[in-house]
Amino acid sequence: MLPSAFAQPVSADILRGEAPSQLRCQGAWITRMLAPLEERIESLIATVGEDVRIDASALTAFDTSGAWLLHRTVLALRARGRTVRVEGLRPEFEELLRLVASRAPPAGAGQAPAPSLLTRVGLAAWEGLRQALGLLSFLGEAATVLSRSIREPRRIRWRAILYNMQTAGFEALPITGLLTFLLGVVIAYQGAEQLRRVGANIYIADLVGLSMVRELAPLITAIIVAGRSGSAYAAQIGTMKVTEEIDALRTIGIAPFDLLVLPKVVALAVVLPLLTVYTDMMGILGGMIMARAQLQVSFATFVNRLDQAVSLTSYLVGIGKAPVFAVTIALVGCYQGFCVTGSAESVGRRTTVSVVQSIFLVILSDALFSIAFSWLQLW
Amino acid sequence: MVDSNVIAVRDLHTRFGSTVVHDGVSFAVRHGEVFALVGASGCGKSTLLREMIVLQAPVSGSIRVFGQEVTGLDDNEALALRRRWGVMFERGALFSALTVTENVATVLEEHTALSAVLRTQLAAVKIALTGLPPDAGPKYPNELSGGMRKRAALARALALDPELLFLDEPTAGLDPLSASGIDELVRHLRDALGLTIMMVTHDLDLLWRTADRVAVLGDGHILGVGTMPELAKSEHPLVREYFYGPRGRGAREQAWKQK
Repeated sequence: MLPSAFAQPVSADILRGEAPSQLRCQGAWITRMLAPLEERIESLIATVGEDVRIDASALTAFDTSGAWLLHRTVLALRARGRTVRVEGLRPEFEELLRLVASRAPPAGAGQAPAPSLLTRVGLAAWEGLRQALGLLSFLGEAATVLSRSIREPRRIRWRAILYNMQTAGFEALPITGLLTFLLGVVIAYQGAEQLRRVGANIYIADLVGLSMVRELAPLITAIIVAGRSGSAYAAQIGTMKVTEEIDALRTIGIAPFDLLVLPKVVALAVVLPLLTVYTDMMGILGGMIMARAQLQVSFATFVNRLDQAVSLTSYLVGIGKAPVFAVTIALVGCYQGFCVTGSAESVGRRTTVSVVQSIFLVILSDALFSIAFSWLQLW
Repeated sequence: MVDSNVIAVRDLHTRFGSTVVHDGVSFAVRHGEVFALVGASGCGKSTLLREMIVLQAPVSGSIRVFGQEVTGLDDNEALALRRRWGVMFERGALFSALTVTENVATVLEEHTALSAVLRTQLAAVKIALTGLPPDAGPKYPNELSGGMRKRAALARALALDPELLFLDEPTAGLDPLSASGIDELVRHLRDALGLTIMMVTHDLDLLWRTADRVAVLGDGHILGVGTMPELAKSEHPLVREYFYGPRGRGAREQAWKQK
């Protein structure tokens, strides 16, 4: 019946008419045809005469986008003090033009000016400050909830704590063990060449033992756990926030902090020191194997020397840092999770921020520990 | 001969495992009409809609949109068709990371070579067309109410000035006032822009007020097609149950009073 109903129009155009101040619109003024018209209209507007007549009788198709462009052209001409008449528009097109004109957006709508460099720096600084304060008050809230839980032990979610210990601790054994083992191998390998040169082969135990136990094992373990579990905390809580599960928990009388934050903090504070003990061993094992292969230091000699090289203080200093790292990682992950607002993208961004921030804070606090220990002369 | 029907579904069969959803469904949507597909929950309305917009493939049968067979098209082949229709999803499906204006302008950016200024202006025109206030443009979807979100989703569906609009449950989850706003909007857009509208709904008020023709889906078949007064006279027990249940009667009386 209507072959033209589905026929695809081919082009849209605007030309200068016979009279100097006449413009002729032709073809299909529809969304996907309009792109070439914009510039042409700009140049025509600049050169056209006083009393403009726009002849639209040759328009074959017209949609809201075309109507807006025509309306915008008319407005632009009027703004230059020209008088404008649109002629020959089909009745249904006329109707559409009137509709679009009545819904025209106010000038400059939706075009917020891009903020200046200074504004952006200021906004970023303010955001950073807000985040720091937020994290601090989150820490405060966690401490309050913890002390309340200790006074009322029945509020403690034992199942959630055990579950978190399993996922963040036990399931992290293979990867943390493997990585610190390799780290031990690498340190022994790098040290071996130097020590052999001065004939101090036996000091390989000091090198591997001290660096592992005091610094590397706690730090590497914390960084792996931040990447594994900290991100998971942020994503889990963030998604729950988007799907309003957090609000649902509140309405059925479960404090989200009790169920979601405290078990994670407690579980990680218990599990990270244990993981560190294990990674200490794995790192030293790696160093020991390398020492025998490269420096002909037997296992027995190595262990014997290790006993003298690594003091109990050194060992405890390393392990003592782990609970602090654990609390940092868990709090940052949970805090970023609660910072999620509405969108799916926000979950992704907050998860990334949680990992970056917790690794940053772990290394920062490690540096502070080093300074504090050297003041206290803990060797 | 050129097919004058915008959508023509013929002998469509769909199965999920052993569950038969469509067992020989046929109907046609004419140019310029508001066509509604109704039926009880789980009767396969939404599945049929998804098959029409090439998100899902039927087991057998034919669906022609703008005279072109759409079953079995891949995303590349469907692109040309997808530019000619707009889809509004039941829950809006607005991109949550973008503002309402950006949601609409993104579609224009993807498919046209228009300047950024014109795209933003066009987005504002479309947002205004759906009856949203101008200050809704810079807002994010999660800052809008349910009704406003539906309107924003409609604005995005209209971004490319489609010839055909698919609406999935346009009034679901809305209060009666917002829902009747959507009723008027649908009619208004059809009259002003000459659209063909295919909607899936079970809102009887919406049917009485806006639909030109209605198809009732049930038991895997089309149980009846026609205008609302025609269907109201149908003898089929399931159709009668649908229109003469307590809520159906209320909506019908309401429609009579208005006439």
